[in-house]
Amino acid sequence: MELLKPAVGLLFWMVVVFAVLVFLMKKFAWSGIISALKEREGEIESALKMAEETRAEMAKLKSDNEKLIADARKERDQIIKEAKEVADKMVADAKENAIVQGNKIMADAREAMAQEKTKMMSQIRKDVATISLEIAEKVLRKELSDKSKQESFVDELLGDVKLN
Amino acid sequence: MSKRILLTVFTAVITSFFAFSQHQEHAEAQKATGHENHESEEKFDISGMIMHHISDEHGWEFAHGLKLPLPVILYTHDSGLEIFSSSRLDHGQVYNGWKNEHEHIVKVNADGTVNEAIHPWDFSITKNVASLLLSAVLLILIFTAVKKGYDKNKGKAPSGIQSFLEPVILYMRDDVVKPAIGKNYEKYFPYLLTLFFFILINNLLGLLPGGANLTGNIAITMTMAVITFLIVNLNGNKYYWKHVFMPDTPKLMWIILIPVEIVGVFMKPLSLMIRLFANITAGHIIMLSLFGLIFIFQNWAVSPVVAGFALFMNLIELLVAFLQALIFTLLTSMYIGSAIEDHSHDHH
Repeated sequence: MELLKPAVGLLFWMVVVFAVLVFLMKKFAWSGIISALKEREGEIESALKMAEETRAEMAKLKSDNEKLIADARKERDQIIKEAKEVADKMVADAKENAIVQGNKIMADAREAMAQEKTKMMSQIRKDVATISLEIAEKVLRKELSDKSKQESFVDELLGDVKLN
Repeated sequence: MSKRILLTVFTAVITSFFAFSQHQEHAEAQKATGHENHESEEKFDISGMIMHHISDEHGWEFAHGLKLPLPVILYTHDSGLEIFSSSRLDHGQVYNGWKNEHEHIVKVNADGTVNEAIHPWDFSITKNVASLLLSAVLLILIFTAVKKGYDKNKGKAPSGIQSFLEPVILYMRDDVVKPAIGKNYEKYFPYLLTLFFFILINNLLGLLPGGANLTGNIAITMTMAVITFLIVNLNGNKYYWKHVFMPDTPKLMWIILIPVEIVGVFMKPLSLMIRLFANITAGHIIMLSLFGLIFIFQNWAVSPVVAGFALFMNLIELLVAFLQALIFTLLTSMYIGSAIEDHSHDHH
């Protein structure tokens, strides 16, 4: 069949033209296009990688910040707690001190009172003794002069005596 | 959506133009044959018309009466190289003893009989050769423009024809060549790109009215198939040859398998050659047959029906143009891939 017989002339031109075409296309088109495509893909890839790295860095920074904030908060809480403790301690100390002081004052006062009382009692005792002696003296003296008068006198004297 | 409408309109215009040129040509061709042969005035030779359109010719006839003369280049041992215009051989004229007999240039004697003793080497720039040169020039212009785009838009988004063809190039690389060949694809990639776009542009040029049936010519597909054969078998590694001559089967099976594998080595490029040739030629034959119906029925009423079918067929041919270019490239890539595959594992 005519169609299945390759024409020699066309075959010749096809081989020549196609070989030249393949060569020219490779030299002036494909090598440039392929390398440009590859280069651009490399750029895109590195850009994506950088974005990923930046994102990771941002996340790290953020977590660092959060950690810092948390640390600061903890420290603040610690300080407040310590201050409260100190204040509480101071108040408690003051209270205790006051109680001790009060007790001491009371004890001193009580002691002083007791001393005063003993002093007073001894004074009273001494006074009673003196007065009794005086009365006895006077009674003795009166008795010596008038019996009735002595008795009324004793009554009178007794009325005068006021135990304080 | 608007793009699709545009494409449809565009194809319709092309088809009607094609149909129109065919109309005219054949109406006149019929008249012409009528002049010469009065007895067969009513008879329309459809197979002759189709064969004329799918074969090569000296000079490029766009429509009847509109023929671009092309150089005829003949070489004979006796008289050396002879170059003259194909218009000197039009309408059966004899020039320097040369005559165009059904697109074969033959030497005629003084009395008009064919001299069988002389067989010239015909290196004429025929319609197909002219179309081949045109497509080569177009490819170089298009892809140097694309390359210029990459130089101009360095580090920027692609623009113009560059952005139009970049997805195709990337598709060829990422979905065709790379998966088929594997990691060593880069060595073959430029050739495969040239092959793909060469077949594609010639398929598309062949669809234009007056276009040559270049990729439907056996000489063209044969050249490309032979190149595929050479690349595959010159780069084939030891696993490839072992697979052919020492398949992983019981030795008794080698009697059958080795001849089968050897046939397969030749069958692969042969199938490539036939597939592209047959698909494109068949498409042209279908289109021409549809237009031929008008002349067979001798009734203008069939033309709308024919135009409808022709439009449909033209759209299919458009698809086939892309598909066949892709298949040829894909199969070539796969053959190369199987020949240079690093490890041999069974793939029957």
